[in-house]
Amino acid sequence: MNKILYKKQLSQNVFSMVLEAPLIARERKPGQFIIVQLGGDFGERIPLTIADADAEKGTISLIIQAVGVTTLRLVNLNVGEYVANVLGPLGHPTPIKKYGKVIGVGGGIGVAPLHPVVQALKAIGNEVKIVIGARSKELIVMEKELRVIDPDLTIVTDDGSYGKKALVTEPLKEACETWKPDLAIAMGPPIMMKFCAATTRPFNVHTLVSLNTIMIDGTGMCGGCRVNVGDETKFVCVDGPDFDGHLVDWDNMMLRLGTYRAQEQEADHRCRVGLNK
Amino acid sequence: MHQTREQLDVQAKEILGKFSYDTITMKERMGIPAQEMPAQDPAVRVCNMEEVAIGYTENQVRVEALRCLQCKNRPCVQGCPVSIDIPGFIAKAAAGDFASAISILKDSSLLPSICGRVCPQEVQCQLTCTVGKAKKDIDQAVAIGRIERFCADWARENNAEPAMEIAPATGKKVAIVGSGPAGVTAAADVRRAGHEVVMFEALHKAGGVLVYGIPEFRLPKAIVQKELDNLTAMGVDIELDFLVGRTRKIHDLMDVDGFDAVFVGSGAGLPRFMGIPGENLVGVFSANEYLTRSNLMKAYDHENAQTPLFHSKKVAVFGGGNVAMDAARTAKRLGADEVYIVYRRTEEEMPARKEEVHHAKEEGIKFLMLHAPVEIVGDEKGKVAGVKLITCELGEPDASGRRRPVEIQGSEKIYDFDSVVVSIGNSSNPLIKQTTPEIEVNKWGNFIVDEETCQTSMKGVFAGGDIVLGAATVILAMGQGRKAAKAINDYLAAL
Ligand SMILES: Cc1cc2nc3c(=O)[nH]c(=O)nc-3n(C[C@H](O)[C@H](O)[C@H](O)COP(=O)(O)OP(=O)(O)OC[C@H]3O[C@@H](n4cnc5c(N)ncnc54)[C@H](O)[C@@H]3O)c2cc1C
Ligand SMILES: Cc1cc2nc3c(=O)[nH]c(=O)nc-3n(C[C@H](O)[C@H](O)[C@H](O)COP(=O)(O)OP(=O)(O)OC[C@H]3O[C@@H](n4cnc5c(N)ncnc54)[C@H](O)[C@@H]3O)c2cc1C
Ligand code: SF4
Ligand code: FES
Repeated sequence: MNKILYKKQLSQNVFSMVLEAPLIARERKPGQFIIVQLGGDFGERIPLTIADADAEKGTISLIIQAVGVTTLRLVNLNVGEYVANVLGPLGHPTPIKKYGKVIGVGGGIGVAPLHPVVQALKAIGNEVKIVIGARSKELIVMEKELRVIDPDLTIVTDDGSYGKKALVTEPLKEACETWKPDLAIAMGPPIMMKFCAATTRPFNVHTLVSLNTIMIDGTGMCGGCRVNVGDETKFVCVDGPDFDGHLVDWDNMMLRLGTYRAQEQEADHRCRVGLNK
Repeated sequence: MHQTREQLDVQAKEILGKFSYDTITMKERMGIPAQEMPAQDPAVRVCNMEEVAIGYTENQVRVEALRCLQCKNRPCVQGCPVSIDIPGFIAKAAAGDFASAISILKDSSLLPSICGRVCPQEVQCQLTCTVGKAKKDIDQAVAIGRIERFCADWARENNAEPAMEIAPATGKKVAIVGSGPAGVTAAADVRRAGHEVVMFEALHKAGGVLVYGIPEFRLPKAIVQKELDNLTAMGVDIELDFLVGRTRKIHDLMDVDGFDAVFVGSGAGLPRFMGIPGENLVGVFSANEYLTRSNLMKAYDHENAQTPLFHSKKVAVFGGGNVAMDAARTAKRLGADEVYIVYRRTEEEMPARKEEVHHAKEEGIKFLMLHAPVEIVGDEKGKVAGVKLITCELGEPDASGRRRPVEIQGSEKIYDFDSVVVSIGNSSNPLIKQTTPEIEVNKWGNFIVDEETCQTSMKGVFAGGDIVLGAATVILAMGQGRKAAKAINDYLAAL
């Protein structure tokens, strides 16, 4: 199990990977994720969204952005090698219902988790509009797959190197004003999701976000993934990963994400030093 | 004064020379001093993760075993949750026949090397021991747990574990959910009856709390691994990275995958928080997270581990149980300058094992008793800067029989801390309940089972350990695993 069947570099540090994982492929639903650990006593456990799955072939696909030690080690594995530990599918699936008009907003590699969700929403008859954004052209991934769902897909980049020079919140606001969606789904970096939620709030558009807190076990055991949602503390791994974006305490969540920044930078540095040898 | 193992051994050898096992009198037995457990020097051990209690020498264990009066009414056995034949195995240990001692132990307990280390003996077998009673000092009771540990370690080191006989294959299949002490015990006993056994574990390492919770310095992971290896050698298949309820539901295991019975030993893995302001600040951890990072992910090994740790200088640990002691002592080893246990009652009411409290104190952990947290205060960066505590006094006993802490109004004060570890207990994980509605649970989410058989409200599904008892102990989890296994074997025989 967990054999790497396919690997492709999508942009400078974004890779797509297909793993043999028949049990997970059979059970998973859009919105769910896995936890990966690369073996040995010392490996870290990291969460990754299941971007797609083929129950018949028994495979799952991942989109991985190499940002630190574990993601870097993962994308350096080759086809034919094995990922030692893969646990899933975890979390609650995104509720796939008839909402009417749905706008999906993906930032950076947030388009990876967005894809299966908008695909499923479209399949049951929702009208789907998609906005994707990134810092620059090289970081836009999965455009082709998303165009299948929304041929009028809107693309924005921070530097204007592709699509319109804007942040995703701009077309989102426009859509809220003119298209009037019944539901917005935002997936991407926390700061982007925070501003998407702020954008839809005045229009009273229900906004789902998929949170990417730090996790260890992914089973509800450690509480490291907790966030404030409304007046409650929620565990992202078992209560989420989707929440009402208007209720999430973004500032606290972002601070918590930075808990280990100093140590991560040190480890990342060590790791890259090793790789360059 | 810290005495080395060598010094303690010399003293024991001298005592042993004075007596013969066949002629020793009751009076002489009562006169032998209790043998101190050799331990790493506190100043040294706070800088390493190695086991604190090193274990008796052979001379020491024989001397300690001589202290047992071999009581006819066996009060110690009544105090033992799994009724080990205590005077029986101690007599063998006194005679130096450790092979017989271990086989007596193994008749009642599958994991003596673990129980000898982590059981709260002072409220079980040693509480009722005649010697301790006669001397009116629990510390003078026969050190049953330490003798048990020696015998188990001896058997492991000398490859003298009694062989497990396995009945011919029955063609029946049993799923075990969770690889903690309840699951391990149930798996072994069901396997012995000849059934095919597959154990499913969510994490990437088996062992449950024994591996992710209890630190290396109290229970070396190699010992737990040896027990798991024994299980594999018996033919139990351990499937890691498999979350029952998500990877596969109990229904599927039974209806599609052909399992005839299921034992759920999924533990009490849901950390409780207090619901006070500031609990989600950066630098506040559940004990589970704090300990898992260090134990399961080996984050204490800065050079090798990829999982980061929070660098703390002044840590407040909320709670007074074993979990709190483990978190506090771990924090110290991870480099904190000052660590406080903050508990709302007094040391007397603390549920932690006595030995752990003693060791914690030796290691310089400070005890702030009769204080309850009311708020965690943050700085402008959302990090812990302090803790607001209120002073308590003890009032009337509550349902648990312990005196209830009563807050003294107006006594709040802010203390400086940069990290907080919340160790106030665990509730049961709701996942299996959510995905298997037939299983009835009580209002705390614990599975309701038949007391004799550990059978749940769902046919063919049994459960035991913390998922039934709430956060309890290793020995109680093992006891239930054994009970359930017997019931499963009966159930399968009747199919
Ligand atoms: C439910 C969920 C789904 C996710 N899905 C994907 C996915 O499909 N593809 C993907 O590439 N990433 C995904 N992530 C993020 C991924 O888990 C992190 O990038 C990964 O943990 C980083 O580990 P590392 O050791 O490589 O880097 P580290 O060295 O640990 O971290 C490097 C940088 O990433 C930040 N970081 C650390 N942990 C996280 C985290 N959990 N989320 C976001 N940033 C983090 C750190 O602050 C740091 O700046 C997901 C996260 C969650 C919680
Ligand atoms: C830090 C700490 C210190 C302790 N110290 C002591 C002590 O000194 N003495 C003592 O007697 N007791 C102690 N205890 C309590 C003792 O460890 C527990 O009572 C005991 O481990 C319970 O055993 P169990 O088999 O029921 O569950 P656990 O040991 O909790 O094991 C359950 C296992 O099931 C897995 N699991 C859960 N859900 C699923 C699922 N859906 N699918 C697959 N796998 C699943 C979990 O990952 C876990 O590995 C301590 C506990 C902690 C946390
Ligand atoms: S009660 Fe104490 S002295 Fe009596 S048999 Fe048990 S261990 Fe020995
Ligand atoms: S990751 Fe540990 S509880 Fe969510």
